[in-house]
Amino acid sequence: MTASTTGPVRSPGQRRSTTSPGPETSSTTGPVRAARRRRSTTSRQNVAGWLFVGPFGIIFLALLVVPIGYALYLSLFQKRLIGGTKFVFLDNYLKAFSDPSFVDGVWFVIRFSLVLIPIQMAISLAIALILDTVTSKFARFSRLMIFLPYAIPTVIGALMWGFLYSKNFGPIADTFAAFGATGPDFLSNNMIFYGLMNVVTWQWAGYYMIILYAALQGIDSSLYEAARIDGASQWQIIRRIKIPLVTPALVLILVFALIGTLQFFNEPQILQQLAAGAIPNDFTPNMYAYQQAFTLANSNYSSTISFALGAVVFICVYIFMFATRKRGNFLS
Amino acid sequence: MSATHIERRRARRTPGHIALHLALALLVIYFLIPFWWVIVNSSKDSAALFGGTSALWFAPENSYVENLKQLFTYNGGLYGRWLANSALYAFAGGIGATVLAVLAGYGFAKYTFVGRRAGFAILLGAVMVPATALVIPTFILFSQMGLTNTIWSVILPTLLNPFGVFLMSLYARDVVPDELLDAARMDGAGEFRTFVKVALPLMRPAIVTVLLLSVVSSWNNYFLPLTMLVDNRLFPVTVGIGLWQSTASTYGAAGTNLFSLVILGSLVSIIPLIIAFLSLQRYWRGGLTVGALK
Repeated sequence: MTASTTGPVRSPGQRRSTTSPGPETSSTTGPVRAARRRRSTTSRQNVAGWLFVGPFGIIFLALLVVPIGYALYLSLFQKRLIGGTKFVFLDNYLKAFSDPSFVDGVWFVIRFSLVLIPIQMAISLAIALILDTVTSKFARFSRLMIFLPYAIPTVIGALMWGFLYSKNFGPIADTFAAFGATGPDFLSNNMIFYGLMNVVTWQWAGYYMIILYAALQGIDSSLYEAARIDGASQWQIIRRIKIPLVTPALVLILVFALIGTLQFFNEPQILQQLAAGAIPNDFTPNMYAYQQAFTLANSNYSSTISFALGAVVFICVYIFMFATRKRGNFLS
Repeated sequence: MSATHIERRRARRTPGHIALHLALALLVIYFLIPFWWVIVNSSKDSAALFGGTSALWFAPENSYVENLKQLFTYNGGLYGRWLANSALYAFAGGIGATVLAVLAGYGFAKYTFVGRRAGFAILLGAVMVPATALVIPTFILFSQMGLTNTIWSVILPTLLNPFGVFLMSLYARDVVPDELLDAARMDGAGEFRTFVKVALPLMRPAIVTVLLLSVVSSWNNYFLPLTMLVDNRLFPVTVGIGLWQSTASTYGAAGTNLFSLVILGSLVSIIPLIIAFLSLQRYWRGGLTVGALK
């Protein structure tokens, strides 16, 4: 960048003139002026660059760095009935990691991610592969319809499924009753795990599908022809060419899915009222942090939970990246 | 139609393709069922909703008009206010976030300044931090400053969009040639004028994408306004419907009337999104797939 802007100034002739000043006075002023001009270009670059990035930088500091820093600071203190607020260093974290509400919540979101994400990815990949193979008007229409739930607020998505699950006005109960059977109650204690899994898959599969589909479309089709000439079947092309080539995209969305799922909040919060008793207030770590901050006004402990969850997310993502490092992920 | 053409057509319709189309049809049904349920059931009054009518088909008597009237007059027209709030938060937050992202993205792509490399690395790290993770810390900070329960407590955090900055900088790097900027500078245009006259028009497609994505994500936001706001006249429509739904569920039979409103309210609140989404498809896809192709 600097080289290109100062390029014309730094010609070889001028450089020679700095080492051996010639008899003419003009040649000695040449490099001086060049140096001054170079300095003014870089400082102009500096000032203008910062002016463009600055406004975002301020928002970044005020709404990301400061809240995180403040929460970290608060998490090191405890408010006590006697003696007021006291510095307790890591006591809150020790408390959090031995608090069943928090630990069980963390286990739940980890378990949920481990079951949900592979299923979700398999479905998204399968749909993307179908849409990559079939080119018809109906296929284009399906692509749009499968992606549609992404545009819907998660709140509304969860609500709509909550209605469908409902014993009062949902079709599941009706359908099973027509055959004289009792339908599964996705809002009950045993089934809520699958009920939530279905809502999240419905909401996000289309989004992941579109990303994978774009990656598939980006593959050079001469590869398929070469493989076909070598006698490869459709299935072999999928396994040996398509899937390996979309793996970077797959790893990328897996990371985002993992980060998002560990922060699970909206769907269980909305279904809490419809699923009487199946979703307690400490169901996920974020729900617990919300309860601590909002209902109990315990900022110290709530900050601690937010941070402890952040640490868990970081560790999970790190383990995942380590496990997939050979598959060519986007950081390597 | 020539013989070879017909033959080729027939060759395409292999049993495999029929099976794939069938699979697609089943998937489409699965992904559309919740929408269908909401469209059908928002036409019912509470008697038909809880009575024996089929859950997936219309009741004999259609009460759309009645329900709509009720929706917009219930609680002194609170629902209309929620829609207006949602629009305010989405556009103020979305436009603000887009302006910041365009400026910063252009700055990162086209200037060498002290701290650029470090700044960009920090930005990439921030893309990985989901907005959800920041809600509780921001709430605690804002409550110390007395900012909670104001419109600013919802709009300000929406301005932060690291992914938008990332997207803009990739795009600016690819489509805005340095030669063009240098030419404008030679003609004596200042840095900001160069940006407005030369770079902005070239960056327009990406600007629309970032604007669309940030408007929709703030329209869809729930956790942030739920935490920040207490006064129900400040609620966006997502939090409002969530409130009605929990009231309806808590009061059981007494709240049954409210269920009709929740269902129709859900439908009405997603109509603008569906229209935006269907009419601006190519911008969505452009923005969503950039990460995958890089």
